Amino acid sequence: MTGYALRRILGAIPTLFVIVTLAFFMMRAAPGGPFDSERRLPPEVERNIKAAYDLDKPLVQQYFLYLGKLAHGDLGPSYKNKDFTVVQLIATGLPVSMRLGLSAMTIALLLGSFLGVMAALRQNQWQDYSVMGVAMLGITIPTFVTAPLLTLVFGIYGVTLFGHDLSLPVGGWNGGALANMILPVTVLALPQIAIVSRLMRGAMVEVLRANYIRTARAKGLSARRIVMRHALRAAVLPLVSYLGPALAAILTGSLIVEQIFGLPGIGRYFIQGALNRDYTLVLGVVICYATLVILLNLLADILYGVLDPKVRQA
Amino acid sequence: MIATGQTLKAVDEIKGRSLWVDARRRLVKNRAAMAGIVILAAIAALALLAPLLSPYAYDEVNYDIIACAPGWWPVETACTAPGHIFGTDSVGRDLFVRVLFGARVSLAVGLVATLVSLLIGVLYGATAGYLGGRVDALMMRVVDILYSLPFVFFVIILMVLFDRNFILLFVAIGAVEWLTMARIVRGQTLSIKQKEFIEAARAGGVGPFAIITRHVIPNVVGPVMVYVTLTVPGVILTESFLSFLGLGIQEPLTSWGVLISDGADQMETAPWMLLFPALFMAVTLFCFNYVGDGLRDAMDPKDR
Repeated sequence: MTGYALRRILGAIPTLFVIVTLAFFMMRAAPGGPFDSERRLPPEVERNIKAAYDLDKPLVQQYFLYLGKLAHGDLGPSYKNKDFTVVQLIATGLPVSMRLGLSAMTIALLLGSFLGVMAALRQNQWQDYSVMGVAMLGITIPTFVTAPLLTLVFGIYGVTLFGHDLSLPVGGWNGGALANMILPVTVLALPQIAIVSRLMRGAMVEVLRANYIRTARAKGLSARRIVMRHALRAAVLPLVSYLGPALAAILTGSLIVEQIFGLPGIGRYFIQGALNRDYTLVLGVVICYATLVILLNLLADILYGVLDPKVRQA
Repeated sequence: MIATGQTLKAVDEIKGRSLWVDARRRLVKNRAAMAGIVILAAIAALALLAPLLSPYAYDEVNYDIIACAPGWWPVETACTAPGHIFGTDSVGRDLFVRVLFGARVSLAVGLVATLVSLLIGVLYGATAGYLGGRVDALMMRVVDILYSLPFVFFVIILMVLFDRNFILLFVAIGAVEWLTMARIVRGQTLSIKQKEFIEAARAGGVGPFAIITRHVIPNVVGPVMVYVTLTVPGVILTESFLSFLGLGIQEPLTSWGVLISDGADQMETAPWMLLFPALFMAVTLFCFNYVGDGLRDAMDPKDR
């Protein structure tokens, strides 16, 4: 098992390397640089600025300088947010994004698999059809439609139920207060709940048809025990391999959600940085995102190995 | 004697049912999928005929009717513009025409980018699967690496770098979507290349490229078709996502993403600006997904 995990970890390093290289050269292939402004700077000032940021050196040398710093965990200074290093910016934004993402992911996994199992147990009955119909809605309605709609209903019109005011704040972080988290997390989680429930239903339907489940039934085990002990364990496998893509989708969604709800996460830094050609910031955020996705994929792979011994031997 | 002859004749008339005929029959029986096809055709027709359907041009600005509700809007609003059945936007353009022109762009991006991904994915996957061995391992390793990249971020960088070029948008999205296609095609190819007719072709002296294009690819059409119908909505979503962030289609051209983004800004005062484009997009995506599901069930009825 340790050998297997070690092999996976070593396999992740070239992936990260490819990402850094690709992102670095893509940013530099762009016309226009971070210090092009309307006002022409005096040439010597411009030269000094470029020298200070190593922008006067050949591209390949810049690349190796960047790699060298990266190896020490230094992502360089932000070109546009003066006085801040990229690491500092990410350190302020990442906790916000992580809390949003992890909450959404947890809710999606729990609620999604519950709904999926329920639909599978009532295959081709109304419960199944209604869960799958709603799931289809969740998949097709994009985040940037649900976010404004929910804002409209819960924030601007306000909802009153049995005399309780259910209005929610529609923007801002407010130190991560629960009320401020509800709408963004819901918006992020909805499509994932839908996808997870579809995956779970598919896997469960297949597993319930397997011979060992028939055996368990024949032995007279209770339905509850069959589902919880025997079926779920096998049906959860496709879900594990979906963890990586799920995180990637949630990170993508968080770009929109942070923008709409005005949350200070790294998604906002990414969009700002991309629009301002803040090379180092964009590179830093991409590397950060990629590392997260790779780490989770790694975790999923190892978890898969734990759950399914067949994989380890291969 | 006569009786035997008749029987033989009757036997002759029985026609074989090919897998395709079976699949089509199952598809036609699937009501959700058929409804999806009809609605999609209607939306496509509306989009194509857009200039004929409305007296207004999609970029015709009218400052007298800024963000006005349609005449039939049930709630009291600051101003109404009868004759504009979806109301007008924040510079007084007719929203109905704009939604239909948005449909043109969104559907075009969806189809073209899917074609790009189809072309790359099928060739790449079929080559990897057919050649097998080391080449296959290397080619699929590349796909694995690309898979773990957060690709939307690269598309965003690309769009910023190359100044929101329309053509590049197609290429960039297509280049993201080909990975899954390549995997599916490779898997199919691996099983097809064991078949006798491939061996026969090889024995007959057909070259590997001809075998891939003439014999392997036509036999992976089924699963590829299913995935194509599921890719189109994905692409439409990606384009709208970029446009929503202001990185996709630029004014005065429009797409559903641009319209939804404008609508979201104005939703407190003019909710119709959000509702109509969102509705059109959601219905389209819904239909594509149902058609895709229907096709999959028709081609591979095992899971029913």
